[in-house]
Amino acid sequence: MTEIKENPVCHPVQRVAENRFRRVWAKLKRNKAALVGAFLILVYVLSAFTAPVLFPGNPSAPNLIKSLESPTFRDPLGTDELGRSILGRIIYGSRISLIIAVGVVLVGIVFGIPLGLISGYYGGKIDFGIQRITDTMLAFPGFLLALALVSVLGVGVKNTVISIGISMVPLYIRLVRGCVLSVRQEDYVEAARAVGTRDVVILARHILPNVMVPITVQTSLSMGTAILFAAGLGFLGIGVQPPTPEWGAMLGSARSYLFNAPHVATFPGIAIFLAVLSFNLLGDGLRDALDPRFKI
Amino acid sequence: MFNYLIKRLLSTIPVLIGISLLLFFMLRMLPGDPAQVLAGQMATPQEIENIRHQLGLDRPIYEQYAVYMSHLVRFDLGRSARTQNPVTVEIWARLPNTILLAVVAITLACLFGIPAGIISAVRPYSWIDYLVTMSALFGISMPVFWLGLMLGQHVILPSFTLAAFVVAFIARMTRSTMLETLSQDFTTTARSKGLKEKVVVVKHALKNALIPIITVVGLQFGSLLAGAVLTETVFAWPGLGRLLYDSISARDYPMIQGVILIFGLLYIFVNLVVDFIYAFVDPRIRYD
Repeated sequence: MTEIKENPVCHPVQRVAENRFRRVWAKLKRNKAALVGAFLILVYVLSAFTAPVLFPGNPSAPNLIKSLESPTFRDPLGTDELGRSILGRIIYGSRISLIIAVGVVLVGIVFGIPLGLISGYYGGKIDFGIQRITDTMLAFPGFLLALALVSVLGVGVKNTVISIGISMVPLYIRLVRGCVLSVRQEDYVEAARAVGTRDVVILARHILPNVMVPITVQTSLSMGTAILFAAGLGFLGIGVQPPTPEWGAMLGSARSYLFNAPHVATFPGIAIFLAVLSFNLLGDGLRDALDPRFKI
Repeated sequence: MFNYLIKRLLSTIPVLIGISLLLFFMLRMLPGDPAQVLAGQMATPQEIENIRHQLGLDRPIYEQYAVYMSHLVRFDLGRSARTQNPVTVEIWARLPNTILLAVVAITLACLFGIPAGIISAVRPYSWIDYLVTMSALFGISMPVFWLGLMLGQHVILPSFTLAAFVVAFIARMTRSTMLETLSQDFTTTARSKGLKEKVVVVKHALKNALIPIITVVGLQFGSLLAGAVLTETVFAWPGLGRLLYDSISARDYPMIQGVILIFGLLYIFVNLVVDFIYAFVDPRIRYD
């Protein structure tokens, strides 16, 4: 039967790490789409770090005289309903989106990896318990789960990160557990156990390295998803709140001016689209480069 | 086969209990005291205590859960805090709209996504393959609500907007599984028998690639429901997604819980159907 190949195959540990890195890099270099993705991510990261230099002044300070101006030389992307530079807000918005994306994958990794390792390695009742909780969480599409959580936790950057982060945890648990199951019976794990190595050491030194490849791919893709989800919550008005320059919230308030000033909605949308696209391009490229058997 | 269906049905029970627990504790986690909110700012401690007793909030937590469950199994989801109508009535009124939207979207997505995936698997690394692969990545990265804003307000557009996201996943999955089945021995055998390429691709390769494709269609139905919240809001479509958005804006918690519960149930139901379809599509699957 044809298997579903959405999960990248878990690799055994390779001691020749440096060689491997070179090989992966060589492959990644040939993948133009992945390079474009990496380049775009770099642009976003740089603009997040240098925002105050690129755009001096407060991006949230209203300037009503300049309300809803079309793009000009001074404001290359025009101004919004409060006369604020859209370019400036998009640049500052990359800070918010990247902070959220990093926060979300951290939540996913910090909770998902240990729980996945424990679930896969020990099996039995612990595994059963963790898997039923995972089932329940996966019974909801990720965005809905985040939406449900944020409706309870409340708005803001922190709660957006927690909500989306929690909705990502089951994905990491599943991914890690699957990998652990596939390497748990390998000879080197048996050997380590036979000489009396402690479980913690086996998990950290012999099993965890096998999980790193799928985790890397998943993390790149998750960053894209996190940005998309955060923008969705912001757009609905239950994520990051105005006047904080968050792309989704910018789109949300632009809805009212869609007909007389379409540029207000166009550019934040492009910013979201390109950010998500770049993480997806890189994630896909990494998957191809890290796993020769997986092609998409 | 019959045994399998029963087993599979029973296996949804723990998930259903899990969902009920999740929603129940979500209610408990709400900031603020519901009795205080209902009683208003001017209420005396005695009045608040009375309301707490009426709501059963002074009883132990497991009793509260039992009461909650007994309402739930009778499809009593309480009344909307906003409109005072029973939650089930409002959900029932909106459900067909969302299902219509989702079904049209998934049909559109399959109509475009599966052929696109097949074409790009038959001619891998050709310009058409790159076009499909790139369009798919673009589709996945597109914020649906933004696409909706850009497309404007027409009737077919909510479905089209929703489909744009799903079509990408379906095309990618079709491509990668078709690439695999096209390189397998049975395909080579079919070719060497002198069968026409079309027959080889459709009858031999596609048929064997169907299971992952069906899986992804089922899973994407969930994304459609989530996407519906955004799309219905953009297009003012009177479905469950829009209802959820309005309820969240109004902090109408009974309604929020009800809609989320229904979304969860719909998703579980679709995955159940998908599992049943497996058994029919693939004769090798005999669940005993």
